[in-house]
Amino acid sequence: MAMPTVLSDAHVVARRNIIKIKRVPDLLVFTTLSPIMFVLLFAYVFGGAIAVPGGADPNAYREFLMAGIFAQTVIFGATITGAALAEDVKKGIIDRFRSLPMAPSAVLTGRTLSDVVNNVLVLVVMSLTGLLVGWGIHSSVGEAALGFALLILFAYAISWIMAWLGMLVPSVEVFNNATFIVIFPLTFVANTFVPLESLPGPLQTFAEWNPVSAVTQASRELFGNIPAQVPEPTAWPLQHAELYTLIWTVLIVAVFVPLANLQYRRSTSR
Amino acid sequence: MSHHQSDPGGGAAPAIVARGLVKRYKGVTALAGIDLTVPQGTVLALLGPNGAGKTTAVRILTTLLRPDAGSARVAGVDVLHEPRAVRRRIGLSGQYAAVDEYLTGYENLEMVGRLYHLGRKRSRERARELLAGFRLEEAADRPSRTYSGGMRRRLDLAAALVANPPVIFLDEPTTGLDPRGRADMWEVIQTLVAGGTTLLLTTQYLEEADVLADDIVVIDHGEVIAQGTADELKLQVGGERLELTVSELGTLERAGRVLEPLGVGRPTLDEGRRSLLMPVTGGARTLTEALRVLDAEGIALDDVGLRRPTLDDVFLTLTGRPAEDDAATTEVGA
Ligand SMILES: Nc1ncnc2c1ncn2[C@@H]1O[C@H](COP(=O)(O)OP(=O)(O)OP(=O)(O)O)[C@@H](O)[C@H]1O
Ligand SMILES: [Mg+2]
Repeated sequence: MAMPTVLSDAHVVARRNIIKIKRVPDLLVFTTLSPIMFVLLFAYVFGGAIAVPGGADPNAYREFLMAGIFAQTVIFGATITGAALAEDVKKGIIDRFRSLPMAPSAVLTGRTLSDVVNNVLVLVVMSLTGLLVGWGIHSSVGEAALGFALLILFAYAISWIMAWLGMLVPSVEVFNNATFIVIFPLTFVANTFVPLESLPGPLQTFAEWNPVSAVTQASRELFGNIPAQVPEPTAWPLQHAELYTLIWTVLIVAVFVPLANLQYRRSTSR
Repeated sequence: MSHHQSDPGGGAAPAIVARGLVKRYKGVTALAGIDLTVPQGTVLALLGPNGAGKTTAVRILTTLLRPDAGSARVAGVDVLHEPRAVRRRIGLSGQYAAVDEYLTGYENLEMVGRLYHLGRKRSRERARELLAGFRLEEAADRPSRTYSGGMRRRLDLAAALVANPPVIFLDEPTTGLDPRGRADMWEVIQTLVAGGTTLLLTTQYLEEADVLADDIVVIDHGEVIAQGTADELKLQVGGERLELTVSELGTLERAGRVLEPLGVGRPTLDEGRRSLLMPVTGGARTLTEALRVLDAEGIALDDVGLRRPTLDDVFLTLTGRPAEDDAATTEVGA
């Protein structure tokens, strides 16, 4: 199948999903409202109780926090792919697509690309909230852009896992429960909300190798949110946070793009 | 759409050919090896009760499902080996309307057109054309979530026609439509066929198969139990039907008992309608004889008559049960 067909078909599918964001603004409201709430909760409620390297300055935690919330939010944003696909399978929309002469991979490509759009919107809203509570970017425009790009890229890879899972499960409810069980530990047992040093032994090791920690660490560095006096991390993945994030991204894409496409061809509405 | 790659050898190769289609699910044989042949430009009705395997057959022929055994060609293309080429040549409206509820009717059809690769301009024109043709113009720019069931059904059918494909599959196209919607649908189908489109439709309505189809294949439990034109099937069942309604329900069973010797098959009683139906031969003579017997028994009638068998009778004779499961219908002595 010719590449241009895949791209133009994926564009048609993505446009459909983006129309849906427009028609059901609640979707966007809720995906942005909960991160905003998180920013406020952590900044004002837990912030005082969590000590971060960088001193007693109340702003130190907010500086630390934002990259973590960004990471968690874009990963949750990636689950929209799975939930939407599970719904499409159930409603027979996937059958409709599968009966059309379109490029088979375009449905999933279009779906995951529309999550990128969604995630960009959400990142904009959250960055503004962050700026309001005292977070700031202390690096060059290029570095900051790279930080956001890394978050989006990693989330894009995750959305392929979700695409696969979304077509595997029998319903949206099962999908949501399944992803919560996986995503909560992954995004909390990490350096997202607390410094790694505060975690007990085995959890700390897990957190050090957790790719969510790496993507958080990388964007924290790229936004210039790590004070000079903070010592270099000791774990290899965090020392090479950008590289480690990219390795995971490539690995996930290499495994889950084919898996998801295989599942797409097999999926049926009943 | 170009109709290239039509069969060599010229002439009218069948538009749909299926051989020995088998599909099993855990514990259920949905299709037990069915053969179908649909000549170009004709309508085949796949008729059968719930669970007969109609949808399974349609899903296999439209590349959505792989059979466990058997083969099929649609518009000259092998369904199993070249599914994408098949998809270019078919339109499908499944049993349950598959329209995107967040998109408007127009957006749904335009999207389908784009995915058939009709191009932006043609897709837009075609979407408007079809919305007008299916009486959805006023609702065209509302999200389809706000449509009634029948409107959604019509939108789904319109989606099957977007690319003017040479072969169309409609799985129970008129289920859930009101009489006007059904009449409209019949008209659409007749127009399509007049234009040379080949159609396979499934239905549980015998009347519909009778009106629309050139050929009828009756399936039950995944097997073909009869096939032919409506007339051939009626002939296969033979004779006429004696139909009567008794005045008092209490006399219905006795009427069945005394009339049985006059029939060529058992009478079927419908308590809800106080009616009796029995295959007979001998025409008016049998009718007179029946009236005499009933009169002697003192059984009063509201209505009585002879009629030619309908497809309903065909179905009853072939499967031993009525087409639409009717709890009030029982066979005498069964
Ligand atoms: N995915 C599935 N898993 C298990 N059994 C299935 C599946 N799909 C169909 N069946 C079974 O296969 C048989 C045929 O089903 P099918 O949907 O083809 O019937 P149908 O003739 O379309 O019936 P209806 O008139 O109710 O639509 C039924 O017994 C059904 O329960
Ligand atoms: Mg069915």
